[in-house]
Amino acid sequence: MEVKTEGDNLPTATPVVKDGPSVQIKVLFFAKARDITGLTELSMEVSSGSTTQDCLNELVAKFPSLDEIRHCIVLALNEEYTTESAVVKDKDELAIIPPISGG
Amino acid sequence: MESNGDGASRILREIEALKDEKARIEEKILDLEAQLQEEASLPHQQQQQNESVCNGCCPSVSAADANLAHGLTADSIYRYSRHLLLPSFGVQAQSNLLKSSILVVGAGGLGSPALLYLAACGVGRLGIVDHDVVELNNMHRQVIHTEAYIGQPKVKSAAAACRSINSTIQIVEHEQALRTSNALEILSQYDIVVDATDNAPSRYMISDCCVVLGKPLVSGAALGLEGQLTVYNYKGGPCYRCLFPTPPPTSACQRCSDSGVLGVVPGIIGCLQALEAIKIASDVGEPLSGRMLLFDALSARIRIVKIRGRSLQCEVCGENTTFNQQHFKDFDYEKFTQSPLSTSPPKLKLLAPDSRITSKEYKERVVSGEPHVLVDVRPEHHYKIVSLPKSLNIPLTSLEARLPEISSALKEQEEGTRSGANLYVICRRGNDSQRAVECLRNMGFDLAKDIVGGLESWANDVDPNFPMY
Repeated sequence: MEVKTEGDNLPTATPVVKDGPSVQIKVLFFAKARDITGLTELSMEVSSGSTTQDCLNELVAKFPSLDEIRHCIVLALNEEYTTESAVVKDKDELAIIPPISGG
Repeated sequence: MESNGDGASRILREIEALKDEKARIEEKILDLEAQLQEEASLPHQQQQQNESVCNGCCPSVSAADANLAHGLTADSIYRYSRHLLLPSFGVQAQSNLLKSSILVVGAGGLGSPALLYLAACGVGRLGIVDHDVVELNNMHRQVIHTEAYIGQPKVKSAAAACRSINSTIQIVEHEQALRTSNALEILSQYDIVVDATDNAPSRYMISDCCVVLGKPLVSGAALGLEGQLTVYNYKGGPCYRCLFPTPPPTSACQRCSDSGVLGVVPGIIGCLQALEAIKIASDVGEPLSGRMLLFDALSARIRIVKIRGRSLQCEVCGENTTFNQQHFKDFDYEKFTQSPLSTSPPKLKLLAPDSRITSKEYKERVVSGEPHVLVDVRPEHHYKIVSLPKSLNIPLTSLEARLPEISSALKEQEEGTRSGANLYVICRRGNDSQRAVECLRNMGFDLAKDIVGGLESWANDVDPNFPMY
């Protein structure tokens, strides 16, 4: 796994596409997504034109257990509600927010 | 002189004694007045709402005499003066609050601070739903309860605490579990609902019920070091199902009793729930609708994320929904979320009886000196809390990778004996140990057996001094 443990520097994932322009996004993990990945955030390079769905696919490939919560999350792009078809831009912040039930 | 001095001190003592008695009598009167208010209000709650503030405790003439158009009594003006002094809150918001009714579902980590603040701030009628009793392991976060109430219903304890803070409001105790059979009847008696529960099926049930009844819902949740807060079903905003149409898989549902929670985290979220409920009840400010607050305790960060609006396709609140009160009553929330409404942990039954032994049997085998290996499959941080002597900690998640350690431990036990060594597996409550034994047997450890009920049964049946958590 290319992802290093979390420190002051953001861990980075290997670029998906080596040729063609790419964009760098930051992924924020919450609740169960944090438990699964062991990370609070992750810097990720994806080919430009990628949708949030592409990013999710990428993340599930990297952390297969994310698949189990994939259909029960709120996705936010730059702190705003987003759908899986939204295209990500450079320096975007994608938040993956599963619900918490505890109290 | 001396007789005079004696006389004076005798009189002083008598004055003190009478003062004490007076204080006791006054306390008793306040208590009885509060009881009377409650008795009188139950049969006709609607009518009561407007009157509850000044019933009993203060003569109703004072407001009229002072020509107070807003209807606040002299006592209320003094009690809530710091609210009244707030230009953006003031008399109007306070009297809205005094006329409002709020239901808090759950008197636990979230409900404790929410209830304390809602009672203090002067919500006219405050309802509490809970069916649990106070336990020692609640005390670190459920700050409304005191040690004296351990073993007693949380509703009783919480209601007593609220009354001791504010005897002028009406506190209603609903000492029962919220179910589809009683939810409509209970929730319909209130203007606003606060979800302070701790499980997924309750969250869906409360949200659906609020949609059907048209009540705003202040929903908070906390686990570990994180908290979430949103206002649902408020003035055309989304409901819980708009956001989460598919329930999370059971494996993703975590409970405080399994995953732990830092006490102050639900405290913070519960306070924010009180704040949102107060804003809605008093009609002040901008409630957190269409937005979700995410609280991260470790990094000291609060993020507010804009969430989707009402979903037209939502099964419960969408355009073409047919969901109504009858559907609600018939809906099986435990089946929908595949998890129980109660907080009691599930009891798995994966193994055949001959693959299991009781904690008492295990104790006998230890005493008889039987060669064996005991594997404790709890996570390492659980093992650090307490463990049985000579047990080998291999967490369930790393079991497959660490099988060689079990093999070599068994070999060590077998040295000098003619028969093979037995393999026992234990965990906290006896669920993970069954999963582990199933896995071990598949991997060729045919003698593996789990200890029924785990360390919990060890503490109950073998060693009452064994610490439980």
